[in-house]
Amino acid sequence: MHKKTIKELSSALQNKEFSSEELVSFYLHRCELHNADLNCFISLMPETAIKQAKSADKKIQNGNATPLTGIPLAHKDIFCTNGTKTTCGSKMLDNFIAPYDATVVTRLNKAGMVTLGKTNMDEFAMGSTSETSFYGAVKNPWDIDRVPGGSSGGSAAAVAAKLAPVATGTDTGGSIRQPASLCGITGLKPTYGRVSRYGMIAYASSLDQGGPITQTAEDAAIMLNAMAGFDERDSTSAEKAVEDYTKNLNESLDGLTIGLPKQYFGGQLDASIESVIQAGVKELENLGAHVKEIELPNSELSIPAYYVIALAECSSNLARFDGVRFGHRCDDPKDLTDLYLRSRAEGFGKEVKRRIITGTYVLSAGYYDAYYLKAQKLRRLIRDDFRKALEDVDVIIGPTAPQVAFKLNEFIDDPISMYLSDIYTVSVNLAGLPAISVPAGFANELPVGMQIIGNYFAESRLLNIAHRFQQATDWHQRSPEGFE
Amino acid sequence: MEWETVIGLEIHAQLATKSKIFSGASTTYGAEANTQACAVDLGLPGVLPVINQQAIEMAIKFGTAVNAHIADKSVFARKNYFYPDLPKGYQISQFELPIVGHGEIEIQLTDGSKKIIGITRAHLEEDAGKSVHDGFFDNTGVDLNRAGTPLIEIVSEPDMRSSEEAIAYLKKIHSIVRYLKICDGNMQEGSFRCDANVSVRPKGQDELGTRTELKNLNSFKYIEQAIEFEIERQIEVIESGGKVVQETRLYDPNKNETRTMRSKEEANDYRYFPDPDLLPVCIDQETIEAIRKELPELPEAKRDRFIKEFGLSEYDSDVLTSNRDQAEYFESVVNAANGEAKLSANWVMGELSAVLNKSNIDITQSPVSAEMLGGMIKRIKDNTISGNIAKQVFEAMCNGEGSADEIIDNQGLKQVTDPGAIEKLVDDVIDANPDQVKQYQQAPAEKQGKLIGFFVGQIMKKSQGKANPQQVNELLQEKLK
Repeated sequence: MHKKTIKELSSALQNKEFSSEELVSFYLHRCELHNADLNCFISLMPETAIKQAKSADKKIQNGNATPLTGIPLAHKDIFCTNGTKTTCGSKMLDNFIAPYDATVVTRLNKAGMVTLGKTNMDEFAMGSTSETSFYGAVKNPWDIDRVPGGSSGGSAAAVAAKLAPVATGTDTGGSIRQPASLCGITGLKPTYGRVSRYGMIAYASSLDQGGPITQTAEDAAIMLNAMAGFDERDSTSAEKAVEDYTKNLNESLDGLTIGLPKQYFGGQLDASIESVIQAGVKELENLGAHVKEIELPNSELSIPAYYVIALAECSSNLARFDGVRFGHRCDDPKDLTDLYLRSRAEGFGKEVKRRIITGTYVLSAGYYDAYYLKAQKLRRLIRDDFRKALEDVDVIIGPTAPQVAFKLNEFIDDPISMYLSDIYTVSVNLAGLPAISVPAGFANELPVGMQIIGNYFAESRLLNIAHRFQQATDWHQRSPEGFE
Repeated sequence: MEWETVIGLEIHAQLATKSKIFSGASTTYGAEANTQACAVDLGLPGVLPVINQQAIEMAIKFGTAVNAHIADKSVFARKNYFYPDLPKGYQISQFELPIVGHGEIEIQLTDGSKKIIGITRAHLEEDAGKSVHDGFFDNTGVDLNRAGTPLIEIVSEPDMRSSEEAIAYLKKIHSIVRYLKICDGNMQEGSFRCDANVSVRPKGQDELGTRTELKNLNSFKYIEQAIEFEIERQIEVIESGGKVVQETRLYDPNKNETRTMRSKEEANDYRYFPDPDLLPVCIDQETIEAIRKELPELPEAKRDRFIKEFGLSEYDSDVLTSNRDQAEYFESVVNAANGEAKLSANWVMGELSAVLNKSNIDITQSPVSAEMLGGMIKRIKDNTISGNIAKQVFEAMCNGEGSADEIIDNQGLKQVTDPGAIEKLVDDVIDANPDQVKQYQQAPAEKQGKLIGFFVGQIMKKSQGKANPQQVNELLQEKLK
């Protein structure tokens, strides 16, 4: 069963080849079997999952099913799920039971999906390795001495190891695409505003965006159909009608113009990765696409701009974790200041503290103009670069990450190197564009993802290109040893 | 040396919206602690603010009423600081781009002179919750019912030169926000609050002195006292060779003094930045015009109209228009009383006002409707009842005994105007009091006016107050000659 995509599982459920309860029990068993090795779940929810599966079976019986009814999934533990622990990978929220569902969770519940559990992640989504979690590092199923990427590493590892057919993720600077790339699966970051952020614990509000992590582009399209749409509880969600993202999956790629940014290739990019991407682009040319070299002159500024803006926002977003109303509170505070200082010192991990302090600094009197305001100017330059480029080409293609999965602890004391690994992904968040990472080959026996960046709300086109690519290749069908 | 005082005020007015500025929770005052705070107000992880359009409209109303520029684009910003009653660790406010720009109002002082006071800006923000210190032993409780209540902060220019000017300005703003029905103006419940920035400088000097900010001013009287105290204190500090320190001072009404709360050095660095959870507020000219067209007549215009249209004195007009509900009630009374304005004004400001004050109720809850009061005044005017009997009728109306006409009928209070009946009453009284008649007739003319009162009194008593006093007077004077 676990080799099936959600598309295949859905028709099997409709044809009564097995019930949702059987399917969910099977996956729960698989999770219990492998989670100790991978540490990709923070919580498993067997009881509620079986309950949800039974109710899904009834819907299927009564003919009220959607294409997602009865399909199990895992939620990144950044999404609030009513009545269950929602930790964001932090000790700060180790005792936090969310009293409401995130909009994404509500929508997927309504579609009939079954939640297997909540996946591990970098603490408060701050990291590119899934090592900063209070619940320990997540391991990459392709090599358990390596990281799965982050911050949605638990979701990516779970889908790659087929412990869940699909998972949700969030992407602030690459947190869906980079782990998808490092785990050999498909990850879609929609246009900023396409998927509601309500109930998704905020890291950097102007950059955060939820999306699906799946085996195939077709599955991503099915998921996005249910996840996307305007939400009156999120002022930044787009009041734009949702298309059927599965409709154009098979469109021809004839006449497609692909832009290859000069700045993305050569230089520090690992040659083995570059050749995988070039081969992937060749494949798309075979399918009818044209290639054009383009310029994204301000690319290299995206890392500093991102780390100023994201950290400024996070310093404010994380102020609510003060030990007063919920979350971790220190023992026997002697006064208010002591309560704040110790609760936060004990509740947050090192990387989160580093980011809060840096973010506080860049917003401080006397530094605001030099850092925050300047970063906003860079952000506009970067967005304008993309806008200009996308006037001449339909999509932009390059590597998702400059390297394959690295060893556990390799960057733990070298945050700058870790930050630099976001070079290809953060600019997309700064511009608010949609992008997808698809498996495009291997380097040193580890998966390599190819990133396709599209224009605003062009998810349909991205999924079409990714789907046609997956029809012509089988990289996305490879499974890590031990999890076949 | 002669000193000049410079005062600027920051007013926080709670907007009278049904729900909070960024959530759907109710804003009703006085509910049980933490029962009117939803997930958004509690600042739970993952929640997001959504602007209440009603709050935007109210801010535009205020802006147009003080002839201010309304920004076509304004931006919400986060003001970051830690406090237990501030759930998110930041307050959503407006900083660089407020919704209301520069405006001005005219104030009138007791000597009749007028002065223009500038309004620097007015911006929207959310209120914080309340820390509760009683009943938690050594701990502090937090009530978040008020968290997220919409506020408009109105910042004045440092244009005021005395506590009198400050109070006149404050009262004017108070009356405007209530006229616009955007704030209930209740200072005790904190829906209308004020901080005062006060400094002094030698008269004639352009440069401003060092200012202090006074807080905890929750009545007009306290504001006046606090400013007065602070002016004296600052002058004393300077004259004895010291320097005024820039700081925030708390007013203590029990001791009538201000005390240091925090100095400039201790002030927070609020790290304002645009709130990424909210889009800029964009307002087009048509919206502003539509709101401007629907603005009610404001106190000043109404007062001037009352003077012109009804021939009322400036004083009466001021009193009647100090509150929009009262002014509207008054106009309805005049309407129902066929245009009898002076008498209507006297009744509204006199008897009615006394009844309302006594039961401590608002004019909108008056036991006597404007139509009923006007109906009664009509009967005074057409001589059906006298002013004295009217008091009796009014009391009966307050007790819910029906309209003036019903009460007059039921209780037989109709004035006696039949000349024959009045003549009989006059004759009877004259016959029964020969001594007084003699005394009257022998008295010099200037004393007769007073002595005639005795006969009028007797006649009114006999007629149970119903005899037309004017007729009685005329007839008596004739018969006693």
